[in-house]
Amino acid sequence: MANTETLVEMVQPESESSPAAINLRGISKAFGPVQANDDVNLSVPKGTIHGIVGENGAGKSTLMSILYGFYEADRGDIYISGKKTKIKNSTDAIKAGIGMVHQHFMLVDNFTVLENIMLGAESGAMLSGSIAAARTELERLEREYGLFVNLDAITEELPVGEQQRVEILKALYRGAEILILDEPTGVLTPQETDQLFKILDSLRSQGVTVILITHKLREIMAITNNVSIMRQGKIVADRKTSETNREELAELMVGRKVRIEIDKDDPNPQAMLLDVDNLTVTDSQGIDRLDHVSFGIRAGEIVGIAGVSGNGQSELLEALSGIQPVSEGSFVLNGVTVNANNPKDAAEIRDLGCAHVPEDRLRLGLVKTFNAAESSILGYHLDPAYNGRILTKPDAIRNHCADLMESFDVRPRDPSLKSANFSGGNQQKLILAREMKDKPSVLLVGQPTRGVDIGAIEFIHKQIVAMRDEGSAILLVSVELDEVMSLADRILVMFEGRIVGEVSGKDADEKTLGLMMANALPRNNKQKQEGQA
Amino acid sequence: MSTKVKKPLPVWADVALIPLINILLALFVAGLIVLAIGEDPFEALEILILGAFGYEESLGYTLYYTTNFIFTGLAVAVAFHASLFNIGGEGQAYIGGLGVGLILLALDGILPFWMLLPLAIMAAALFGTAWVAVPAYLQAYRGSHIVITTIMFNFIAYFLMNYLLVDVIKAPAQMSPESRVFADNAHMPFMHEILGWFGIETAATPLNGSLFWAVVCCIFVWIFIWRTRWGYMLRTVGQNESAAQYAGIDSRKIVMVALGISGALAGFVGMNEVMGVHHKVLLNFVAGYGFTGIAVSLMGRNHPVGIVLASLLFGILYQGGAELAFEIPAFSREFVVAIQGLIILFCGALTYMCKPWIEGLFYMLQSDPKPAEKEA
Repeated sequence: MANTETLVEMVQPESESSPAAINLRGISKAFGPVQANDDVNLSVPKGTIHGIVGENGAGKSTLMSILYGFYEADRGDIYISGKKTKIKNSTDAIKAGIGMVHQHFMLVDNFTVLENIMLGAESGAMLSGSIAAARTELERLEREYGLFVNLDAITEELPVGEQQRVEILKALYRGAEILILDEPTGVLTPQETDQLFKILDSLRSQGVTVILITHKLREIMAITNNVSIMRQGKIVADRKTSETNREELAELMVGRKVRIEIDKDDPNPQAMLLDVDNLTVTDSQGIDRLDHVSFGIRAGEIVGIAGVSGNGQSELLEALSGIQPVSEGSFVLNGVTVNANNPKDAAEIRDLGCAHVPEDRLRLGLVKTFNAAESSILGYHLDPAYNGRILTKPDAIRNHCADLMESFDVRPRDPSLKSANFSGGNQQKLILAREMKDKPSVLLVGQPTRGVDIGAIEFIHKQIVAMRDEGSAILLVSVELDEVMSLADRILVMFEGRIVGEVSGKDADEKTLGLMMANALPRNNKQKQEGQA
Repeated sequence: MSTKVKKPLPVWADVALIPLINILLALFVAGLIVLAIGEDPFEALEILILGAFGYEESLGYTLYYTTNFIFTGLAVAVAFHASLFNIGGEGQAYIGGLGVGLILLALDGILPFWMLLPLAIMAAALFGTAWVAVPAYLQAYRGSHIVITTIMFNFIAYFLMNYLLVDVIKAPAQMSPESRVFADNAHMPFMHEILGWFGIETAATPLNGSLFWAVVCCIFVWIFIWRTRWGYMLRTVGQNESAAQYAGIDSRKIVMVALGISGALAGFVGMNEVMGVHHKVLLNFVAGYGFTGIAVSLMGRNHPVGIVLASLLFGILYQGGAELAFEIPAFSREFVVAIQGLIILFCGALTYMCKPWIEGLFYMLQSDPKPAEKEA
């Protein structure tokens, strides 16, 4: 019940006379049909650290972008220190005393720290005067906030944690009294995170107001005064940090999931078709996006991956489908071992009988400018059915597309219509039809029903179950917990690139899964919570 | 929610109306310049058009220029479909001409024309492809930007040809840096000769059989891009490289193939010039056709039909412009180049300048105005 409440009256700051540093009233913002922010009210008292948590796509970043002037809200008002303020661009935001530290730093790599901080805030035509003034001012700021960075160092040579401090200094130098940090710890080591929190603490004690956007509950509990939880564009709850706990936050974040009833017999698992052993994908920065993951899928079962997006699910799908190279470990697909020494590209993986419905259909699944018929053979374009010795067989391709459209009820049934002109749901059905047509022995499915209407969701779910019953091994990745719960025979939970838990699909409940997804199961965090108390 | 959903323009407006408006705008600005130097813009336009079509010779010259533009326009278009910007058509055409010249110099006294022709075609393609191969490799496997490398290779081509013509293949006992003239059996027949075989008498012009090969290339490019699996893969890489990776298409190979074909097409300019017109290898026969090919391709929307039309337009400008400089003394050759520049500017670089306005106009005409409802 707790998660159905809409708005709790905001906790007022200790000094009740002074107005809130930030007060957002009725902010709404739509991108086309997507309501990214829906009537958001938010009040942040001066000199506090305020956390905003939510799953990816909950609307946190959009809200902060509105506050920093990247987007203009469709409706709603912004009050800064009690004054109604129009923020049309980042210059307005800086004038209003708002500074933002982005997830990806906005620094010129080969400038010195001093040059980076001054950039855009130079006074006068000649630099020499303002350089001296800036140095004096920055040294004062460094002392005041205990935020030390070597001003003459070349920015790209600094460790990530220090680059972040440069961003914070940059905001303070411009007179920021409100600091927005967007997922600041995503790039930091635990030690750097601790240092960041010390800095934030000292900023708070100097009267700076901090907004912290994150989906890591440990950080919320460690540093914030208050926390707001966002879900599907709305703030669903506000809490005093001292009066809440990780379990409640995780539940609020995930929300109550309705288990969709699907006619589904018990699974009848057969031979192991996909066996993943310590699979690791390391990105260009040397971070393990997928961290020694092991599991197996047998013929005739659906394994679901649950998790807040960005915890390695995409990398898992891309590694298994041959899009991303495997850095370490291996997987065995239909008896063939794939590892760093024996890489397979997407075409070879497909030839091994593994089809892939990608998470991001517009980026990977189809080509927007192609007509539906052309998109309907993507990945299967070398099939002799569509090719003569030299020329393609346009009629065969059209008929193939028409068949797919018929079997998955894609509307309109027009193979010559541009892929981009179909609705998201119909694009998705076309891709699913394409990937399921050849009855692959292993099917990788990412976000099968993202942006798809209810009727189609049911249809797609039935198709996936039917594939299972015909003996396919299916890996289902979805951020929709209800989908994973109703489809999967086994559920694996991913967090920060690792598998942190497994439950059987029958026994799964959203609360346990939500806690696992936030890596906040009681057995993991008891001692930490005690430490904070 | 958002009331201003832009509808796409109807196809005819996109393909015909916008280029037409761009040409008219360019002519309008050019007309202002003509006025500024005290001449009558309408008279100038009349001379330009008559100069391009008015008499037999002019038509031949116009189509001769058109032939070159078709080759370079197609070259740019094929690369463009793979999202690559090959601006080295100039150098590839130059080296393609070298290839044609070397084959003909070596074999013109030995083989009959019907054997020399396919060899010359292959040589033009091979040398053009070879000239783009290094930039293509660097783009595909090392990430060096194709724009930088191809333009650098233009300079290398210029100086390589200078060296070869001065020191290596210059005919003995003459001053100018040119090869000897090929034997008669190594000449591409002129169009007036071909028509003569059928009893049609026309004026002598540089227009030659290469025009037919240009038409063949147009058909080839259309089939290749839209009716083969390689074209499919090429377009996939050009439109969405991530989707190509998802489909298991090796985009590096596609880059090599796309640029290779692009270089071959540019090389055929060398055939038109060396085998068709000059009948010897000489300096600077490419004369900017490679660069103009970029504008041709942009204006022709990278489609063979559009490229033929755009090539014709530029052929008219080249030939009519030359006539203009000849007829009205106040016009210098440079002035004609300035007009061409304006057309390239408006039709190439500013292709989409008018598009938002025209879209707005269509939007206004199509939606019935009920401002009160829109506000709500």
